[in-house]
Amino acid sequence: MKNNHRSVRRTLTIGNPQGLHARPAVKLTKLAKEFHAHIRVAVADGQFVNAKSPNAVMKLKARQGDAFAVEADGDDAHKAIWAIADLVARNFDE
Amino acid sequence: MSERETELAIEGLTGAPGIAFGRILHLASAEPQAAAVAMRGVTARATLQAAVDRARRELAALIGRSDGLAASIFEFQAALLEDGDLLEPIYVAAVEAGPAPAWTRALDGEIAAYRGSGDEALAGRAADLEDLKLRVLEALAGRTEERPRADIDGAILVADEFTPSRFFAIDWSRARGAASARGSASAHVAMLARARGVPLVVGLGPQLTRVPDGELALLDADRGALYARPSPVRLRDVETRRHAGEPDAAEIAQLRTAPAATAAGEPVQIMVNVDDPRALAAIQPEWCDGVGLTRTELLFDGRLAGEEEQYEAYVAVLDWAAGKPVIIRTLDAGGDKPILGFTPIGEANPFLGLRGLRLSLARPEVFRVQLAALARAAGRGPLKVMVPMVTRPDEFEAFRALFAEVITDLGRRGVAARLPDLGMMVETPAAALRAAEFKVDFYSIGSNDLIQYALAVARGETSVAALYDPRDPAVCELIARVVAAGRATGREVSLCGDMASDPQLVPLLLDAGLRKLSVAPSAIGTVKRAVSSYGR
Repeated sequence: MKNNHRSVRRTLTIGNPQGLHARPAVKLTKLAKEFHAHIRVAVADGQFVNAKSPNAVMKLKARQGDAFAVEADGDDAHKAIWAIADLVARNFDE
Repeated sequence: MSERETELAIEGLTGAPGIAFGRILHLASAEPQAAAVAMRGVTARATLQAAVDRARRELAALIGRSDGLAASIFEFQAALLEDGDLLEPIYVAAVEAGPAPAWTRALDGEIAAYRGSGDEALAGRAADLEDLKLRVLEALAGRTEERPRADIDGAILVADEFTPSRFFAIDWSRARGAASARGSASAHVAMLARARGVPLVVGLGPQLTRVPDGELALLDADRGALYARPSPVRLRDVETRRHAGEPDAAEIAQLRTAPAATAAGEPVQIMVNVDDPRALAAIQPEWCDGVGLTRTELLFDGRLAGEEEQYEAYVAVLDWAAGKPVIIRTLDAGGDKPILGFTPIGEANPFLGLRGLRLSLARPEVFRVQLAALARAAGRGPLKVMVPMVTRPDEFEAFRALFAEVITDLGRRGVAARLPDLGMMVETPAAALRAAEFKVDFYSIGSNDLIQYALAVARGETSVAALYDPRDPAVCELIARVVAAGRATGREVSLCGDMASDPQLVPLLLDAGLRKLSVAPSAIGTVKRAVSSYGR
């Protein structure tokens, strides 16, 4: 169960009116790449995709008000989740 | 006389006026070369990786040279080239299929997925994938090797077609002009070229490939033609025209800084047309009486800009104008300006279809975002907002009602907003004939569409180009009617179409009673000169 305590999951809400369009998607993937952790994101109950892939994140089509699940595994998983939650809360600085 | 010395004349269409004389330089096309297609195995993988690396470097350089607006378009493309999930399977496929087919197949698949997603924002980004696909294919074809930058100095650049992406990438202070085999005179690129004073001829056709690199050529964009190895007679003709029609550079430079007035001393306001805030860097606000037309289509180039991005763009223009009035036109999509995923597809006649204000009213969720950004920017300076392609007063009233709603919403959210002066473009004969009945604050005549609709002649249609005549009495009559409506109602009337930027047509507009013209930045000097000799 070594991995378990390093695996973190949190559900956020997309707040910016334009949703997760290109610019926020690029910001999210750039931020995710700053961490070693494997980070996956999903909209509501949908499929999880790699948070470091702008193409996959774009195709989530996350819109304003959507539940946005983030899951991270690895040494810096906590930090990663915290940073991503902050970015989402800031509406991606849009 | 040998063939090498014979002049080759190729006819096209004027994209942006001007005359250039220089060497021909063909820019690489997107066609992949056969050699790259035949490649397999590890070499194929390495070749594709190298091409992606090159595309990545090109994009980084492009982003460095662009402003926020353009940069954000290219940053998404650059991010995709850092996407291992996207690239790795393509590198693997390249081993079996070869670099170009693997890349093309994968990107075509993604483009189709984006387009068919049923999501507007995603569909809009398909154009970026298309651009990216071509960029890497070009790198694979090896014909976009980073040419020494000095290469374009003094050259006439030739391409199959100039996409906005390609146009952005070129330092136009160094090249003299542009010529393309395909393309339309009313495309975005033509707009960009006019604003920067780059002579551009489009639609020259396949004959263009017969002119080799390094050949001396005369680009007569005023007449929409390219002459390779121009004859002495041709050169003399252009020289004569230049002396007769245009003042020298020093005279223009001096003229453009002074306020415009007719020979009798009557002041005429010269405003400037803005299609891209970056073009403003080249001119001083002191040279003009404000901004008579800000096009907002570039904000929607292949995608829909958010409220914040729009707000910043509008504020940038207001700040530049430093207290002088700024007219911003709401999105004028449709017709010859399609936006993927936004404008209707399959209209039999897009010019008579859902375009301009009609389209904005049909898509209130998108229009509201623009109006919110404008209402917020209105607090920043003397902003005026106008709507394109209006035919009936009730359309304008619908626009006013929606604007009022948006401002109420903003107020409820505690956001500072203000209702700016609201005006209309007069572009249809219907609007010109009953202008006084529209309850507007000001009129701005859009001569390009007005001519097209009054004379039933499509702009850029070669076969009827001769009938597209701004001097036609019917056109002059419509313009005079709008001026009369303005006088009767005490509302301002300006003209912001291409007519205003043509010094030869300026007397005609002054005759019609117009005293406000909005011109391309590059035309400020020549138009002021035409004004000053009016009535002499």
